[in-house]
Amino acid sequence: MEDGKNMIRQAGVSPFSKLQPVFRRLLRYPMTLIGFAIVFFFIFIAVFGPTMAPYQYTEQNLPNKLQPPSEEYVFGTDQFGRDIFSRVIVGSRDVLMVAGSGTAMAVFFGMLLGLISGYRGGWFDEVIMRLMDVILSIPPLLLAMVILFSLGPSRLNVIIVVGFLYIPMVARVVRSVVLDLKTRQFVEAARLRGEGSFYILFREILPNIMPHLAVEASMRFSYSIFLVASLGFLGLGVQPPSPDWGLMVGEARTWFYQARWVLFFPAGAIALLVVGVGFMSDGLRRMLLPGGVSNE
Amino acid sequence: MYRYLLRRFAFILLTLFLASLIIFTATQFLPGDVAQIILGQFATETAVENLREELGLNRPLHIQYLNWAGGFIRGDWGTSLVSRTPVRPIVLERLGNSAMLAVMALLIYVPLGIVLGVIAALKRDKLPDQLISGVSMAFVGLPEFVSGLLLIAFLAIGLTWFPANSSINPDTTFREAFPYLVLPAITVSLTGLGYITRMTRSGTIDVLRMDYVRAADLKGLPAWQVLIRHVLRNSLLPTVTVVAMGIGWLLGGLIVTETVYGYPGLGRLIVYGIQRQDLPLIQASSMIIVAIYTFSNLAADVLYGLLNPRIRVGE
Amino acid sequence: MNERTLVLDVEDMTVTYRTEKGPLDTVRNVNLKIYAGEIYGLVGESGSGKTTLAHAVVRYLPANGFLRSGKICLSGTDLMSLSKMEMREIWGSRISMVHQDPSSSINPAIQIGEQIAEVARIHLGFSRKEARVRAVEMLNKVHMPDPEAVAKRYAHQLSGGMLQRVLIATALTTNPELLIMDEPTTALDVTTEAVILDLIKDLMEEYNTAVLYITHNLGVVARISNQVGVLYAGEIMEEGSITQVFKNNLHPYTRGLLGCVPRVDTNKRDISLKAIPGYIPRPDNLPRGCIFAPRCDLVEEACTVERPPLVEAEEGHLTACRRFEELKKIGNVVADTRAGGSKDDKLGDLVLEARNIKKYFTAAAGLSALWQRGRSVIKAVDDISIRMRRSFTMGIVGESGCGKTTLARCLIGLEEATSGEIELEGELLPYSVAKRPPEILKKMQMVFQNPDASLNPQHPAGSSVARPLILLRNLSRKEVGDKVKELFQAVNLPEEFIERLPHELSGGEKQRVAIARAFAADPALMICDEPISSLDVSVQASLMNLLVDLQESRGASYLFISHDLAAVRHLSDWIAVVYLGRLWEIGSAEDVFVPPYHPYTEALLSAIPIPDPDVKQETIRLRGSVPSAMDIPSGCRFHTRCPRKIGAICEQQEPPWQQRGNYHQIRCHIPIEELLEIQGEGLLKKSAGGGVIS
Repeated sequence: MEDGKNMIRQAGVSPFSKLQPVFRRLLRYPMTLIGFAIVFFFIFIAVFGPTMAPYQYTEQNLPNKLQPPSEEYVFGTDQFGRDIFSRVIVGSRDVLMVAGSGTAMAVFFGMLLGLISGYRGGWFDEVIMRLMDVILSIPPLLLAMVILFSLGPSRLNVIIVVGFLYIPMVARVVRSVVLDLKTRQFVEAARLRGEGSFYILFREILPNIMPHLAVEASMRFSYSIFLVASLGFLGLGVQPPSPDWGLMVGEARTWFYQARWVLFFPAGAIALLVVGVGFMSDGLRRMLLPGGVSNE
Repeated sequence: MYRYLLRRFAFILLTLFLASLIIFTATQFLPGDVAQIILGQFATETAVENLREELGLNRPLHIQYLNWAGGFIRGDWGTSLVSRTPVRPIVLERLGNSAMLAVMALLIYVPLGIVLGVIAALKRDKLPDQLISGVSMAFVGLPEFVSGLLLIAFLAIGLTWFPANSSINPDTTFREAFPYLVLPAITVSLTGLGYITRMTRSGTIDVLRMDYVRAADLKGLPAWQVLIRHVLRNSLLPTVTVVAMGIGWLLGGLIVTETVYGYPGLGRLIVYGIQRQDLPLIQASSMIIVAIYTFSNLAADVLYGLLNPRIRVGE
Repeated sequence: MNERTLVLDVEDMTVTYRTEKGPLDTVRNVNLKIYAGEIYGLVGESGSGKTTLAHAVVRYLPANGFLRSGKICLSGTDLMSLSKMEMREIWGSRISMVHQDPSSSINPAIQIGEQIAEVARIHLGFSRKEARVRAVEMLNKVHMPDPEAVAKRYAHQLSGGMLQRVLIATALTTNPELLIMDEPTTALDVTTEAVILDLIKDLMEEYNTAVLYITHNLGVVARISNQVGVLYAGEIMEEGSITQVFKNNLHPYTRGLLGCVPRVDTNKRDISLKAIPGYIPRPDNLPRGCIFAPRCDLVEEACTVERPPLVEAEEGHLTACRRFEELKKIGNVVADTRAGGSKDDKLGDLVLEARNIKKYFTAAAGLSALWQRGRSVIKAVDDISIRMRRSFTMGIVGESGCGKTTLARCLIGLEEATSGEIELEGELLPYSVAKRPPEILKKMQMVFQNPDASLNPQHPAGSSVARPLILLRNLSRKEVGDKVKELFQAVNLPEEFIERLPHELSGGEKQRVAIARAFAADPALMICDEPISSLDVSVQASLMNLLVDLQESRGASYLFISHDLAAVRHLSDWIAVVYLGRLWEIGSAEDVFVPPYHPYTEALLSAIPIPDPDVKQETIRLRGSVPSAMDIPSGCRFHTRCPRKIGAICEQQEPPWQQRGNYHQIRCHIPIEELLEIQGEGLLKKSAGGGVIS
């Protein structure tokens, strides 16, 4: 039993170096497999979808507006007679791109801030963390709305806002791991042989943060999709005629009673993607941090 | 403990100050001139200039900020640019409605989340846990307009159990409003449910691993007593803070839900304000939400301190 | 001995875990008989299955574990026939358990008294009020000071020793027939351990309880138990009375274990420890014959063919060795005498001199430290001066929290000293390691306590050793490669380990890599902060031998910090005794371990668990625990706990340094001659053979 515990702890420390057990664990968690499948499916569609879409997503065909799903229009048509199937497919690129870039930005800057703040400590850490707390003490959607309201809604601005808003959460997680790692003796051994801060941060500490960062990134990705879609829905995100799913749902509300499919397909796409990312994120946590660190 | 509270309180004042700066500055970058917006495109130069003077828009920004912040503290929250009436009564009335919705949502998702979280923890890594954790993670990320509209499609339009639209009169009593509250409350609850479930699960798993749980087992206490007295008493501590924090967080989450259902709450009011570019309305309702948010964070900390002997009793 | 009542009777028990690789028998065919009023000491290294065995006895196994065969009887009750619910009624009433770490075994959110009272309510049917009274009674029973008040406190308000008393009180509340203790003193200081062991022994006699006492520490077993069982890789190797097992043992493993423990009357120059080669086999990879055969120096062909059964060699003395008759003849040789181990009395060159080192911490952190400066200062190290000479080992001893680690960290620069001077080979050093140039870094290296944390889990073992070569010795790539190989050889690791990641190494192997890393810089001074304390006895011995060999071949000086006084005695030339941030005694190892000594040293020495039932130690016990370094007692800092306190002078005045001979110094108000008189011949029956340098 003592041995078993040890094995688990050790596997948790260096999951990337030994991928085999990770995959074995993956098979033990069917939900995770489903999650990865869904996410890869959407990535596939985002990459190759636009070339497969039967229509141009902006192609209007007013005589055919609000057609129910048929052989010609698999998901039906919207209020302008545009093909919903094509729009949902093209829209996947939008969601993944905007939420993905936002997440990448948050993870990158959050990681840097967390690393430096945690490693340096002292007043620098205190100031940075208090600032992060301030950002965290405003509801993200509200802050996003207020900022976009003043910056003006555009795809780039949405990315920037999403990235900015989630920096504090990533920074916090990274910082807490750094605080734990920097007192480990392998870091002290590095100081004793005169390694510079740069080497210690990026060669000694960073590799050990990667599992936490991967789990955190997947969670942030889920939150980003949430935020991007909500902003689109409120009309503060990506602007028409872009086939943003949130935006499509927002516009479709008017036609809800006449043509439920106008709303159903983009909403379903969001739901499916979110479920996929959720399963994936939960699975990543199980695989990479089997010790179960409670950083929610 | 007292010193700690004092520190926390000072931090809240700082937060509110910085947040008010952010909100004030953000609303200054508005495209176009406020006076122009109010008077419309065809107003004369002089009329616009007079209004600018009247609203104090010609003064330097920091003076404008101090005037606004000072007014806010004194209870003068400004006049709505659209309705030309004081903002305060509108905001407070909508706040009441949002609170009604929030309380109802809390009553749904907190107990349910705790139960699901404990089940997931006890069945760790088995199928029930994978299902509960995966789904709750998905719920956390599921935008309210998606879940809301799907609920409307099935429960309101399909089964006609509840009204699809909750745009009630702002001054309706709770009893009358109840049927209109059910669907929005469920919608908000889904996200909250995800949070609570995950927190309870991870907290409970952490505690289940503790030596004192094994010790309690081996003392021969009945299993339910071990669970309730020894496990949950410790594992629900973090959950308590999430619940308290959730009150503020709910207000943020209500923005989309209220829009979906047309429910006259604070969230709907902000969206409306943004659509109409009604600055005082946006500023006042944002500040209220931020204030409630920070104070519920404080409440969470205090509650945590009171429940945790390590902090309550000190050394 | 005739009318012993059998309490626990375990017959042929085999515990199996279902794992991914298939079923694993972690404990095999174990028989145990424990009688009322007797303490059965079960000794085993980690991986021997001792905790599994304990949990199997009470049928508290994880979901994937089960008993494949065997019978467990508790005073006639067949535990195997009971349901889960019925077992819960046995737990806490007829069998109680006390675990290793007292601070985590007590619920932090429930008052101490209530945690004892709940047992009384459930099992004795007491009312709330009666149960509370009983709880205070029990706290009184374990000599808890002020039991009424303690009952209302929470776990975080009590020290480790007090918490362990609480657990013992809880366990005895229902007056159980059997008490199982799993390493109950391992997490405690030696001084506290000694007090708790006395308490256990007294109470067991009073309550006439049968005790299964599990530990890795042979000294503890020798002190406390009547019967001893030696567990190895899930099987009992030898069992018998304390004298039989410790004095006339009939199994090479038992002999090996005893040979691994350093003695308190000899040191590295007299003997080298006899480490057991190899590692304990894993349950999925057991040898076909005797499970100890691959590590046994008496192995012969027949040993590897068939697993020898446990046989009764003498009355009440069981062994699983085929060749026990021969062992009887060989007699009990436990250590190798070292040839040419004569000590030259000349003092070497000065390597390091530290003068008046102080390290104060402020309790506040972050921004609030700005306005809380000066308040609540923790004086971790408070004016310590030491000198280190070439090729020489200075041992530092003291209870945990006495400042020994902080002192070492200040010297090496991981903590910045508050004041004082550190001089290395005549050169004054900056406080912080960050400000020290590579030439200085090269001269001082460190081996850390926890092997799991001391290597980066993401870097191969070889690269950990290579970095200091590149940074501090400017070697070319080719030279580095050769040097790494050479260092691995020097620490007795095979070359293929160079490519391995830390999680593929055992604890002892990791520590060898860490030693290789420290020696890569070719330092003049090595700081060893508890380098062996988290390892098993047999691994400890081989690492101590390695350290001795490396010192001889490379001429480095060691600053060796340990709470294990026997290890310090074995390795050190000089010993410094630290308490509450100050030195109280310093001198050659031979001097410090014989009278006269400082009363604190005396207490430490009398607490050492010695694996020899014939050695009768005097019982000098310290009251309470180390006071907080934020609130240091006036006068002599030790007066609050000193068993030899002479009066008000101890409370009011700093004691003076007293000199005996050239180098032995003691800081006490009692004159040295008087100390010598009261302490008489010393605590350890056999006095040191080595001469006293003077």
